[in-house]
Formats: sequence, structure tokens, C-alpha cells
Amino acid sequence: MRFGVIVFPGSNCDADVYHVLEQVLGVEVVYVWHGETKLGGFDCLVLPGGFSYGDYLRTGAIARFSPVMQAVTAFAHAGGLVLGICNGFQILLEAGLLPGAMRVNKTLQFICQDVWVRVENAATPYTCLARPGQVLRLPIAHKEGNYYCDPATLAALAAGGQIVLRYCDASGNLSEEANPNGSLEHIAGICNPEGNVFGLMPHPERCAEEILGNRDGLLLWQSIVHWLKEKS
Amino acid sequence: MYLAKIEIMLKPGVLDPQGATVREALHALNYSSVEEVRVGKYLEVKLAANDPAEARRAVEEMCARLLANPVIEEYRLEIVPARGTGEAEPCALG
Repeated sequence: MRFGVIVFPGSNCDADVYHVLEQVLGVEVVYVWHGETKLGGFDCLVLPGGFSYGDYLRTGAIARFSPVMQAVTAFAHAGGLVLGICNGFQILLEAGLLPGAMRVNKTLQFICQDVWVRVENAATPYTCLARPGQVLRLPIAHKEGNYYCDPATLAALAAGGQIVLRYCDASGNLSEEANPNGSLEHIAGICNPEGNVFGLMPHPERCAEEILGNRDGLLLWQSIVHWLKEKS
Repeated sequence: MYLAKIEIMLKPGVLDPQGATVREALHALNYSSVEEVRVGKYLEVKLAANDPAEARRAVEEMCARLLANPVIEEYRLEIVPARGTGEAEPCALG
């Protein structure tokens, strides 16, 4: 089982993802520089958080034209697992691998805090060890996480089980107050219709070890490993 | 040489938190007549082209591919003649 962590100029969560995969999950992982044009032998590619290209123009807008993205797109279309976290999610949106776009948070502020999310679809490769409706505490750190899509796209997301995570309160209830950034329909994470491409704003790599005081994020990483083992 | 003046705005109907905040600030300054504020981006792109139509076609493609995000944004273009870097100042008296 081999993971790749794509490193863009300005990625800053790449080492955290690498650490969790290597040290906590004990799987093989390598960094992939954004200038690579060929990707071989990977089971899962992670686009980490950060500020690729300084977030210039729009978040993810320039990174999505990095040379490696053609290979990432081909890998995704072939059914490979592609996970985008925070800026990685924004890049997947700009690349058209996931539908919709990010607006500035409703508060106009960079929000760095723990939030609660509810697992809406526990049948994806990223959530297969979670219970439907399970509530997880995960940290967010972003200014552009206010998800938007048009009504037709939203209907398709809902009908296809593509809304994977929603912001909620500690009891799993949806409310305006529990939606930190104003995201449409409380959306915190979505997948493509096939379920192999997943983007989320929270950072599961920042809460996957007891020493950090929270292991809720580990469930998502363990789900990926479990899903890949079951498949092979 | 041409200069493309590009205005990029959030589409009507897409909530603009910056615009809403600026509107509230204007109301706080007693500009009660202000109904709505939308905040956008302004870009200038200088490019070589044989005529304005060619320049427009090129910049429209740039907008569609990179400069604007069609999911949430729309853009307006104006193409005007421009002087390239290093080109001589036009001489007023010939």
C-alpha cells in the first residue's frame, strides 16, 4: 500500500500528512513534487493543506495547473483515491475533480478552531469505519471554506450521497451557529459520484494521535487503509 | 499592443460577505441610501495582438480558464490600445 503526498509551492501540511501515514499508520508514503508529470504505483494521493502559490488570484486556482495535476486527474479518473484537505480541497474544486467553489468565510476571518462534523455518508473509502451520523471533532484553519454550488449541483450532491461531512454541534445537530464559515447546507466535505475523490476543509492529520489530545481524525485515515486492504 | 481591463464580480445571487460588510459600514456612517454593495476584482492584462478582436478572444479564453471561476464569478472586458514596455513615447508633434 503506497501513498503519495503532493507538495505544491506553499503547501504547509504535507509533513503532517506524511508523519501520520508513516508513523501512525505504518504505511509507505512518499512526497511528490508538483512538477512531476508521471505517477506510478500509488494507491492514494493526498493534496495537503497550505497556501499553494500564496493563494494568489483564488485559492487553488494556480496550483490546479501544476504539471502534476494532469497525472492526478488521470489517476482519479482511473478510480484511484484522491484526498484533498483544506487547500487540497480548494485545488480539487478549481481542477473540476469536485463540483462547486469556495467563497470567503461569512465572518471574513481566517478561522482556526476545533469544529464538530457529522458523517453523512459512511460508505465512502474515507469514512467506511465510521457510523452513519457519527460526530467527529476536527480542527479547521481557513479563510475560504464557505462552500457554494448552484441548486442543480446541490440536488445532485444530495441525491448521490456526495455530501460526506456536515458542520454540526457536539450532539450532531445542524444550526447556523454550528456552521463556522457559512458553507452551503453546512457542507464540510464532499466526494465525486464514484466516491474515490474526496475533499474536506477540516484537518484529520492534525488530530490522529493521543499526544495531540484528539484522535478523531485517525478514523478517516484508518478508513482509507481498511478500504484499500479490503479491495486488494 | 493592447490593454485588457477586466472586472471580475461574484455572480448575482452568490452571497458576497465582503460586500455585505462594506454596506453595513456605510450604513454605520449614516449613508442610509445605500442598498447593496458588491466587491470584485480588477485586473489589467497587457498583451500583443494584431487587432482588438484577437486580443478580446485571447483574454476571454484566459478568463474562462484561469482568471475567473465560472462557478461563482462573471467578468466584463474592455480592450484599449496600449504602448508596450520599451516602446517609444508617441511623439505629439511628429
